[in-house]
Amino acid sequence: MTAGPSPVAAPPALLTVRNLSIRYGEKVALQGVDLDVRPNEIFGIIGPANAGKTSFLRALNRMDEFVPEMQVDGTITFAGRDLRTVRNLYALRSRIGVVFPLPVGLPLSIYDNVALAPRLRGVKAKSELDGIVERSLRRAALWDEVKDRLKNLGSLLSGGQQQRLTIARALSQEPEMLLLDEFSIAVDPVTTMRIEEVLKELRQELTIVLVTNLVQQARRLAARTAFFLGGRCVEQAPTEDLFNGAKDQRTIDYLEGRFG
Amino acid sequence: MTGANPFAPTALEGRSLASQGVAKAGFLVITLLLLIPALGIVGVLLVEGWPGMTLSFFLEKPRENGAAGGIATALVGTIWLTAVALVVALPVGVAAAIYLSEYARDNWLTRTINVAIVNLAGVPSIVHALFGVGAFVHFLQFGKSILAASCTLAVMTLPVVIVATRESLQAVPKAFREATWNLGATRWQTIWRIVLPNSGSGILTGLILVVCRAVGETAPIMFTGAVFFRQLFPNGVFDKTMALSLHLFNVSTQVTNVPRHVPFAVALTLILVVLSMNALAIWFRMRLRGRKKW
Repeated sequence: MTAGPSPVAAPPALLTVRNLSIRYGEKVALQGVDLDVRPNEIFGIIGPANAGKTSFLRALNRMDEFVPEMQVDGTITFAGRDLRTVRNLYALRSRIGVVFPLPVGLPLSIYDNVALAPRLRGVKAKSELDGIVERSLRRAALWDEVKDRLKNLGSLLSGGQQQRLTIARALSQEPEMLLLDEFSIAVDPVTTMRIEEVLKELRQELTIVLVTNLVQQARRLAARTAFFLGGRCVEQAPTEDLFNGAKDQRTIDYLEGRFG
Repeated sequence: MTGANPFAPTALEGRSLASQGVAKAGFLVITLLLLIPALGIVGVLLVEGWPGMTLSFFLEKPRENGAAGGIATALVGTIWLTAVALVVALPVGVAAAIYLSEYARDNWLTRTINVAIVNLAGVPSIVHALFGVGAFVHFLQFGKSILAASCTLAVMTLPVVIVATRESLQAVPKAFREATWNLGATRWQTIWRIVLPNSGSGILTGLILVVCRAVGETAPIMFTGAVFFRQLFPNGVFDKTMALSLHLFNVSTQVTNVPRHVPFAVALTLILVVLSMNALAIWFRMRLRGRKKW
């Protein structure tokens, strides 16, 4: 492998992206992106609107299947498998959790929201489900607030609680990788900080790709960060290096708040 | 100008205010005119038909071609026709709606199906009747029977079932589907666990529309399974039967020496059946809406 960054002492990447391009019909959303995400790191992606960040996440989870116009070219390798060769997309998606910008509490009880993914996998035993639900809600820092009303509708929780419910649901399938797409847009600052604490904990167990519109959030959480602009990956580096001495003028301008 | 009302209308504003008042009153009057036929129908039926609405009228079988006795076999026949039409139309309609809403991509096939549904809804009922004779009575050899008549009714009501169900499926937010897909659910698991449980009111609407039309239609059943006069209750779907709607036509125009109140009583029964089904549906829908889930 000659292309892309290959630092000497880095562990083998969990996710390798080479020459990734995404189009919606004629419209190009992303072009020629190369990057590696290593196991147990938080990889930040920052950039203004229309930079292609969300499209990037969609490609990782093979969500192009849901969007008729979406065309993905290039190579994405996850856990050693080229995603284009994966036939069983359901298994792939259950190894990758996704959290969208707007919280989605499914119109089920809180318990059923979190138990949905295990049930889809065929888990039936009440005790096992109870364990998964409690563990997932605890990991998402929501357990204490909802433990007495697990039968209430998840879709009627407050925005911040729903977003943590969404994270709990993503964690319920014990994913190897978690994709977060601007999770804090619909969440108040206090809850944002709580979720950020959760993410720092989760780094021990899984790998996180964090797309964020908050530059400082990437700085607080991500080990390495990439800057996307207009469908291209302008620059990627260890986060502190990027903030202290970005090489590209556009990155410097964005980080200093001159646009975006 | 001190003391003058700063909001006093100018001449132009005065004219537009006046025309606004006229418009409102005019539309109100026209809308109220709609009440006349509605109240008229119910009023006439109640006044003329009420003397005939006795318990024995519902429980007795008709005699003398309907000139005497009750309407028991017609009432039971209508229930049979409606129930079988539901059994046929609902699964097919819901399945088609699920396909169109959840699986179909926007291509020529889908567009053709949609055009076909719209056209099917516009076909006159007498044409459906002739189709039913050809397709169900003769080709599928159901004979003139409840099954053939109900299948004809089902075909006729399929478009409304499909459209009502499809609308209610699409009222379930796309975000719910994406969230469920991203948990590794198949499309069918998503439909079964998330989409269908939240589109009950639409399916219910489809059901009611089928019932109302199946109860009321005359043309589609008169060649396919409903008969002029029959004193036996149907024993199965291959029997012929009487039906309220056809019976109303017969006692109004075909049979002589019918007591004056009988046709009105039959019509009143017909309307009561439809209205009570509607009321039931509204009650169900309000209950479903009462526990709003998002």
